[in-house]
Amino acid sequence: MTDLSTNANAGQPKASLLAADARTMRRNKAEARFRAYGLGAVIVALLALAMLLISIFGNGLSAFTQTRVHLPVTIAEAIVDKKGTRDPEVMKKVTTIGYGKLIKAAMVDLIAKEGIVIEGLSDKDAEAIISKEAAATLRDEVLANPDLIGQTVTFDLLANGRIDGYFKGRVSMESAELDSNVSPAQLHLADALKDKGYLSKTFNLDFITAPDASDQRPEAAGLGVAILGSVYMMLVVLLLAPPIGVAASIYLEEFAPKNKFTDLIEVNIANLAAVPSIVFGILGLAIFINFAGLPQSAPIVGGLVLTLMTLPRVIIPARAALKAVPPSIRDAALGVGASKMQSVFHHVLPLAAPGILTGLIIGLAQALGETAPLLLIGMVAFVREYPGAPFDGLFDPASALPVQVYNWTQRADPAFVERASGAIIVLLAFLVVMNTLAIILRRRFERRW
Amino acid sequence: MTAANVLLVVLILAALGYILGRRRALRLVKGDPRKLHSLPGYYGWNGAMFTALPALFVMVVWLFLRPVLIERSVGEMVSDAMIPEGSSHSLVMSDVRRVAEGLDRAVANGTLRADEADALVDGLSAVRDRLTALGIAIGSNVPEETTTLAQAFRHKTAAGNTTMAGIVVLLALAGFGYAVLRTSPEFRARNSVEQGLKLLLILCSVIAIATTAGIVFSMLFETANFFKQYSWTEFFFGTTWSPNFRGNSDLGMLPLLWGTLYISLIALLVAVPIGLFAAIYMSEYASPKFRSVAKPLIEVLAGIPTIVYGLFALVTVGPMLRDYFAQPLGLGESGSSVMTAGLVMGIMIIPFVSSLSDDIINAVPQSLRDGSFGLGATSSETIRQVVIPAALPGIVGAVLLAASRAIGETMIVVLGAGAAARMDLNPFEAMTTITVKIVSQLTGDTDFAAPETLVAFALGLTLFVLTLGLNVLALVIVRKYREQYE
Repeated sequence: MTDLSTNANAGQPKASLLAADARTMRRNKAEARFRAYGLGAVIVALLALAMLLISIFGNGLSAFTQTRVHLPVTIAEAIVDKKGTRDPEVMKKVTTIGYGKLIKAAMVDLIAKEGIVIEGLSDKDAEAIISKEAAATLRDEVLANPDLIGQTVTFDLLANGRIDGYFKGRVSMESAELDSNVSPAQLHLADALKDKGYLSKTFNLDFITAPDASDQRPEAAGLGVAILGSVYMMLVVLLLAPPIGVAASIYLEEFAPKNKFTDLIEVNIANLAAVPSIVFGILGLAIFINFAGLPQSAPIVGGLVLTLMTLPRVIIPARAALKAVPPSIRDAALGVGASKMQSVFHHVLPLAAPGILTGLIIGLAQALGETAPLLLIGMVAFVREYPGAPFDGLFDPASALPVQVYNWTQRADPAFVERASGAIIVLLAFLVVMNTLAIILRRRFERRW
Repeated sequence: MTAANVLLVVLILAALGYILGRRRALRLVKGDPRKLHSLPGYYGWNGAMFTALPALFVMVVWLFLRPVLIERSVGEMVSDAMIPEGSSHSLVMSDVRRVAEGLDRAVANGTLRADEADALVDGLSAVRDRLTALGIAIGSNVPEETTTLAQAFRHKTAAGNTTMAGIVVLLALAGFGYAVLRTSPEFRARNSVEQGLKLLLILCSVIAIATTAGIVFSMLFETANFFKQYSWTEFFFGTTWSPNFRGNSDLGMLPLLWGTLYISLIALLVAVPIGLFAAIYMSEYASPKFRSVAKPLIEVLAGIPTIVYGLFALVTVGPMLRDYFAQPLGLGESGSSVMTAGLVMGIMIIPFVSSLSDDIINAVPQSLRDGSFGLGATSSETIRQVVIPAALPGIVGAVLLAASRAIGETMIVVLGAGAAARMDLNPFEAMTTITVKIVSQLTGDTDFAAPETLVAFALGLTLFVLTLGLNVLALVIVRKYREQYE
């Protein structure tokens, strides 16, 4: 008994259980450090996401507003309709240069009327604060409505890209000194016009509906053709990918015997999903354009290439959805006398539909954002004409949203960076809508067996 | 008859097949469906199927083969004398095709009557002027023979189309008759329809194989053409890349491969630690609430189109790296650099690493962790010494998949890495990759006889083989690992 107690005394722990010893403290510190690394990694990833979005939105939101000049223009008959016929066919002979003169005169009048005095401002400079696109706008309006001739009408005309940049903070007095395209005098004029209420920033619907514009007129560039092209391509994908993808996954999941051939198909699909997208572009160029002779830059080719790319991304989730339907459903259908085909099409497929649909929408969203393969099939071309109505329109040249972004990044004028970021915001808006739809579908209809 | 019209006729016949098949079946049993083997609808579908399927199949095959067949038969008519100095057979053929297309369009919009198009040889220049006025250029130096060939081309196409239309409609009619006549109460219509349906399903799953075959063959074919004109040793082992569209280019792949691998390495150096630690934190430490917010947010990174990352590299990251690192350190003056592209690509592949690793870490059995905790190990010790070693093969697979993604990525490097092919160690220099050069050699004016264009196919094939190898390796590793704990 005494032995025991002395032993217990002798073996007394050097430290209390409650106070951690040096080694434990070291281990606990290591534990905390490790945990902090993990949290740090998550935070870094989220910060990267935040930075990406801030950069895009910071650069791009201003594309949705545009500086416009409210200019009272006197439409002189002597210039636009010398013969006084009011016949649009005859008036078409007057080019935009003639209308440019009207704008110049209107600008000079306005400056005189408002008593704006700016040193070193020539009439030509004064005219140049209006976009070069404005003359064409004016011409279209007058041709559409010859009654305007002889009247003084106030038009909302686009301001030049540099003037627009001045009001968006891209151009400053100092940078204007160095810039051959804009002078400080012009900026002073713009300020003066703004004070008098002739110049304001308004919502820019044209950015979404107008076609692309040339290098010198970033202010007029819009996404109309690109959005239409993307919609057409999605139409082709939507028409082809779901039936083929679902049919393939039904076969592989429900009917295929386990043999070398089906194994080959499966490995193939898994690999196709990971093939770099640009390789699909090469395929499209070689097969659809060079071999089958389809036109370049056409949404049909883009749609076909994107369909081939989307297929594995549709098949893989569709198979998972089919697999998730419990065998008891199939057994019950077979038990009451349905054929295998009936059990699949009448029972399994409807139950798997939400899962299949979710995968489909996500696949479509990926296809919508794909750029590289479209570059190779000629979608980078400068297209100003809207494609026609489907299905003939599918063969007309068009652009696509992501390709338009790429196209704008290749231009010299910094105003196109704003345009490109704005286009990305539009693209992201589409993607958010599609993905939200997928999430809602999953939340509402997904069944857990 | 155009393809669309033929399609319409076939579809109408198929609809008729449905109606007649169903009606005949019902009439044969005097309206009592109980005496039929299958539901009445199946007799209808059987009729529609036999009418449409064979006919449409032939039509699709014809539409695919038509360009090749006609090209070949017209191509044989090109004599050596017709090929001008410095030109080639394929150039003459492309002229022929262009002229034929111009004629077609002129006939289509009514500028030319069909017989005028045939008699073009007499007044070639006059007609050419009329076509040019309409924006259809057929070239001023087109010799008469080319025009003759173009006419032959048009005739063959037209004749082929008519024959095809005839055959397709006949086939549809035959199928229609066969199916309707075969209808009887004992006929197993359901089995027949299901057989047809199954065939269709198989056909759809074979498309995946056809795609791969298409990729491989289209690239193999053009690559073979390329190696006829350019030595393969110089392509694979050459260290200068300077394409020159007047010929005599150096097309060595090594600088491109170096740029590709260097950028991917930097991307992996960014993505693997961040992705791995994020996955560990998510699966081992995070509360369910934190996890349910942070995990989808990280996965958003994977859903963002690559062009967005490209713009981010070009507009934000590139200038930032240049102004704060490269210029002060005297390492470079360029906004687009290996570092820019690598960094942004790293951000892009974080979610690939993190969600795959997350799945794999979650698949490690809880009993292993419990055993380690029972011995008194802390969480981090358990993770480092038990969980990670157990999950290692799977994590390696995930990293390989991420690497293959990085190697094949295009838009980020097109916008962020630059276009200069060089082999350098300085990460702040602009370099270029295989994908960038595929894009630059295949966009704009391309001449599919020149090695400068064809090299893109050889690069594409190299890229395909490289990524395929990585993918297969990764899949094998991941699959092996999964089996281990199942």
